Amino acid sequence: MEIKDLIEKLETEFALPAETLKAETDFREIPEWGSMHALIIIAVVDTEFGVSLNGEDLRKASTLNDLYTIVKSKQN
Amino acid sequence: MAYFAVRGIELRALSAAVPANEERNEHYTRLSHSELKLLMKTTGVEKRRVAPKGMATSDLCFEAAQKILKELEWHPSEVDLLIFISQSRDYYLPSTSAILQDRLGLSVSSMTFDIGLGCSGFVYGLSIAASLLQSTGFKKALVLSGDVSSATCSYNDKSTYPLFGDGGVACALENTGKDHSWHFDTYTDGSGHESIIIPDGGIRNLLSEASFENKIYSEGIERSRLNLALNGIDIFNFSISKIPQSIAHFEQLTGKNSRQHDYFIMHQANMLMNETIRKKTGFDASQVPYSIRDFGNTSSASIGLTMVTQLADQLRSKKLNLLLSGFGVGLSWANASITADSIVCPDLIEL
Repeated sequence: MEIKDLIEKLETEFALPAETLKAETDFREIPEWGSMHALIIIAVVDTEFGVSLNGEDLRKASTLNDLYTIVKSKQN
Repeated sequence: MAYFAVRGIELRALSAAVPANEERNEHYTRLSHSELKLLMKTTGVEKRRVAPKGMATSDLCFEAAQKILKELEWHPSEVDLLIFISQSRDYYLPSTSAILQDRLGLSVSSMTFDIGLGCSGFVYGLSIAASLLQSTGFKKALVLSGDVSSATCSYNDKSTYPLFGDGGVACALENTGKDHSWHFDTYTDGSGHESIIIPDGGIRNLLSEASFENKIYSEGIERSRLNLALNGIDIFNFSISKIPQSIAHFEQLTGKNSRQHDYFIMHQANMLMNETIRKKTGFDASQVPYSIRDFGNTSSASIGLTMVTQLADQLRSKKLNLLLSGFGVGLSWANASITADSIVCPDLIEL
């Protein structure tokens, strides 16, 4: 899965219009960012990549690109 | 490894009771409209039953138990064993099971005790009751479980209040010697005990004035040390990784997978979590019923409540092979493969 697929998937799950999110988007700046968003990211990454993200992984990342890099590194 | 099989025990009846008082998450005032929409979509919880002040878990379980005793035409004196599983007991002491023994009119020569488990409690309770019936030769048991979680969740904590609902269930088990086996697998990981916790009021942190102080942990998360605190991310990660693993292991041990079970009834924790588990375990959506939309997370009542509200017609008329999985606070989790053959299953009781 490419980063653009991850972004599209997250836009759908967050109920955001298409192309709202970019690789360089700081995901904490998503309007009304909260724990629901974090759970959605964890679930999407688990289902689509078979990778478990923990709270620490999320804390380390700020952009979606950071997140994708962490997912890819954990996948290998 | 805590895997075991029990022979000769049948589920004869199951009933559930909830408070009549309903709260709708769309009316929850601590989240914005769009936050509420995302919360309802993600967790699945739209409505919850909330006990009025003074209504205890045992009141719900009492009504559920009395109903099945009546419908089964069991005299209370025939019940040898009563187990009450809850984390919202009537008193610090004595045990609530003793109060229920008296209210239900069970014999003084019955065995009763409480078990302090939450989300895994329904499955744990069945496993313990079935094993005891088998080992003692007792004939009849009542397994009562449930929680009034609303009493300990802070309204000003958006991470707990909109998720939990109140409910109580009752199961009647009978040792008939029938030639079939139920399978159980139980787990514990206390290293995660702080992930769901009410910190004060036990012996570790005795009740003090500071216990009542409300503290703001982050925006929308305000509670005291007598309120339930939930680390949602930890629990979410635990559930979507450990539960599918444990189910896969259980399927190997029992030799029964998604095709040999009619339904997979999970603890109702959070729709996104439950659906992630469902997909990872290979169950079809039609095999996995939910009550979370209408009742929220009802802790140790959730599996029984889901069966009563979603599967009653089939439970009354058919033989069903059921895979059950309860998981959460403790951390504690348990899986069961049981059968239910044309059981007594009264309509949901509202108090």
